[in-house]
Amino acid sequence: MTEQDIPARLVELLTAEQESLGAAWVEAVSRTLRGRISLAELDRELRELYAALVEGLRGGGLDWRGDAFGEVRALLAELSRTRARQGFTPTETATSVLAGKDVLAPSEDTSAGDVRAYLHLSKLIDALGLFTLEVYAKTREEIISAQAEQLMELSTPVVKLWEGVVAVPLVGTLDSARTQVVMEKLLQALVDTGSDQAIIDITGVPAVDTEVAQHLLKTVVAARLMGAECIISGIRPQIAQTIVALGIQFGDIVTKSSLADALKHALRRGDAAVVRPGGRA
Amino acid sequence: MSGLAPVPDAEHESVPIGSNDDVVRARQLVRALAQQCKLSLVDQTKLVTAASELARNTLVYGGGGVMRVGLVRRDGRVGVTAVFEDSGPGIPDVDQALTDGWTSGGGLGLGLSGARRLVDDFTLQTEVGGGTQVAVTKWAR
Repeated sequence: MTEQDIPARLVELLTAEQESLGAAWVEAVSRTLRGRISLAELDRELRELYAALVEGLRGGGLDWRGDAFGEVRALLAELSRTRARQGFTPTETATSVLAGKDVLAPSEDTSAGDVRAYLHLSKLIDALGLFTLEVYAKTREEIISAQAEQLMELSTPVVKLWEGVVAVPLVGTLDSARTQVVMEKLLQALVDTGSDQAIIDITGVPAVDTEVAQHLLKTVVAARLMGAECIISGIRPQIAQTIVALGIQFGDIVTKSSLADALKHALRRGDAAVVRPGGRA
Repeated sequence: MSGLAPVPDAEHESVPIGSNDDVVRARQLVRALAQQCKLSLVDQTKLVTAASELARNTLVYGGGGVMRVGLVRRDGRVGVTAVFEDSGPGIPDVDQALTDGWTSGGGLGLGLSGARRLVDDFTLQTEVGGGTQVAVTKWAR
């Protein structure tokens, strides 16, 4: 058998026993996934893949990058993405593809020509397995960057504490990107709620270095330009000592140790209407 | 560069500093060691803040580099040493760089001078065109 005949022979082998080989593949994969995916779904996935693989071999030989394998690559990418999202491990994902090798593994009475054909198929499936893993890794990276973005949004809520008083509780590391989000949200909240007092609470910020301080100062200045006053609260003893040692000047910006103190100050300063239950404004 | 700063002897870890995420990672590593070394909460915060300043300097002014950090022992005391190294442009005027409020970039100009005040030992070696090495140590009381 020459090189050119190998794809044709493989198509022959794969189509002759399509039903039983497909079933064996599904069986092999379902063992590794231990019932975390329904058998019907797996069966559909792998049989589609099997059919596409046969078509690919028929049309494009062993070149998996070619046009004939477009369908195979699309199916594999789909499979890989679904697995990555569902939390399957890389091994489990790759095995779905690589298990295909066992199905056609030569036995003792396989002819030498068929063994060679098998070796080529084996190489092809390895390449497809790697392709699957690449898509898997890429999907995971997409998930991670999407989560980082969500986290950034999540971690900067602006809450209305009182009529005329909004607060931003900051948690975690404050870098330029975060500060930008905080500043935008805070300034927008000042407009939306018609507030003139803003409290920035840094209880959840582990370390205040010059960059964080600079970002805070800029936010305060921006709020002032809009006619609002800012109070920075949540300055813990160790943070206060560090700020002094660093030599950061907060100037005439009001700082408080707790959010409660800051709210009290804001209410007093902002002549906010404090309404007692049952009383009149 | 000649005359090496007190590099943490036994087990030390190095962190490459090439992005803002690395600054966060460097800070977390220093915090973990400071806790292990039983520094007080104030001293932990001071050391972590100093590390944060120096790591950012390494990134912004040194064009990236590496931090090596580890526990050190001297005269029966335990401390945490962090060494920041870059092969950037170096600092032409060290006295000026250590002056409060002076900056060659857009910062507050307190990072380097402030970091010196936050730690117990501070050594700075620099060479114009040959990079900068800053070593800081905080001893447990």
